[in-house]
Amino acid sequence: MSGFVAMLRRELALSWRGGGNVLTLVLFFVITGAIVPFAVGPDKPLLARIAPAIIWIAAFLAMLLGLDRLFRPDHEDGSLILLRQADLPLSAVIAAKVISYWLVSALPLILASPLLAVLLGMDLPAFARTLVSLLLGTPALAAFGAIGAATSVTIRHGGLIAPILIAPLSIPVLIFGVGTITAAQSSAAPLFLAALSLMAMALAPFAAALAISLAED
Amino acid sequence: MTDRHVFPPLAMYAEGLACGRAGMALCQDLNFSVLSGQCLLLRGPNGTGKTTLLLTLAGIVPPLAGSWTAQGPQDEPAPVHYCGHRNAIKPRLTVLENLLFWRQVNGATGVSAEAALVEVGLGGLEDLDAGYLSAGQGRRLALARLRVSLRPLWLLDEPTAALDVEGHGLVTRLIEGHLRMGGLVIVATHDPIHLSHPAPVQTLTLENRA
Repeated sequence: MSGFVAMLRRELALSWRGGGNVLTLVLFFVITGAIVPFAVGPDKPLLARIAPAIIWIAAFLAMLLGLDRLFRPDHEDGSLILLRQADLPLSAVIAAKVISYWLVSALPLILASPLLAVLLGMDLPAFARTLVSLLLGTPALAAFGAIGAATSVTIRHGGLIAPILIAPLSIPVLIFGVGTITAAQSSAAPLFLAALSLMAMALAPFAAALAISLAED
Repeated sequence: MTDRHVFPPLAMYAEGLACGRAGMALCQDLNFSVLSGQCLLLRGPNGTGKTTLLLTLAGIVPPLAGSWTAQGPQDEPAPVHYCGHRNAIKPRLTVLENLLFWRQVNGATGVSAEAALVEVGLGGLEDLDAGYLSAGQGRRLALARLRVSLRPLWLLDEPTAALDVEGHGLVTRLIEGHLRMGGLVIVATHDPIHLSHPAPVQTLTLENRA
């Protein structure tokens, strides 16, 4: 357990001291959402209607942006080989990485989402549902992202492969995420979203560990 | 480093081992047996597969043919310390944080992180960001990892790279101490390593394929 905590603390310390990476992601998220009104034009009802989709797409893109940092630095400086031989199982190493990835790349987006909600003219009930859907859905994106990043880590300049790999996996997350906000469907959407996240968080560390331990370095 | 035989007896055998990268064989038909307290020196020109052999023994690269085992008395695979070309040091963490992390992840079975830093000649630099270390100091920090967690099998790839003359002595001292404790060392190096008791040293020379 102390190894798991050490892993988590190391990941958070590296992100915290990694300069403006977290801030860059948040700015990317806000800007992606903020340019849509300029493209759509000053149509407030239309904006309010598509706001859930915009927020989810912005969050999805921002989370893909940070994927390359999940395993590549460890691969390049030789840490990944040593982590494969650590006393801590590789799946636990990856679970710690996924949790810290969610904390440094999804949580800041959720904290910044009120800004986007104001820019897009969402009303308060819709915004509350947005928060719930982001909280329920982003863990699944982080977990699927870890699988993609682990699969492509040994590919040189493979930074864009992971987002392409996990895009199909992420479609259900987007469907139920937006469904949670619009509430047009039945109230089952948040339950499906939570189920997706739970399943992905439970299985992804093992899948990603398998991908890494099969790679030849 | 005065402990004697803290490790259970261990034996490493390779039979007809062939290893290579991406399907291309680099070294073929290797046979060796190394026992507790023995050191195997891998020698040979660049590109003859020394690193690949070490990665194979570490379980990172699958062997192309043949087999190898490194087993203790309970038939369980022996834990390995692999020390490769890359030092696995995070420049934004301090020297002590780097070492403490590996001590917690690999099991705090060896000496304390502070004592290991003094041993490798990095005493007093605990709170320095590891990014400021020189190449030789980074190497010393990587070697300190061997001391903070006890593992019977060491696979060292060019441990003396970037080290000064005193550093060569440090590597020799570390290997000797590990052998005295009943450990097993396989080291690929171009530099001469003179142990005070040359008896437990075997040399395996890898050659260019004709």
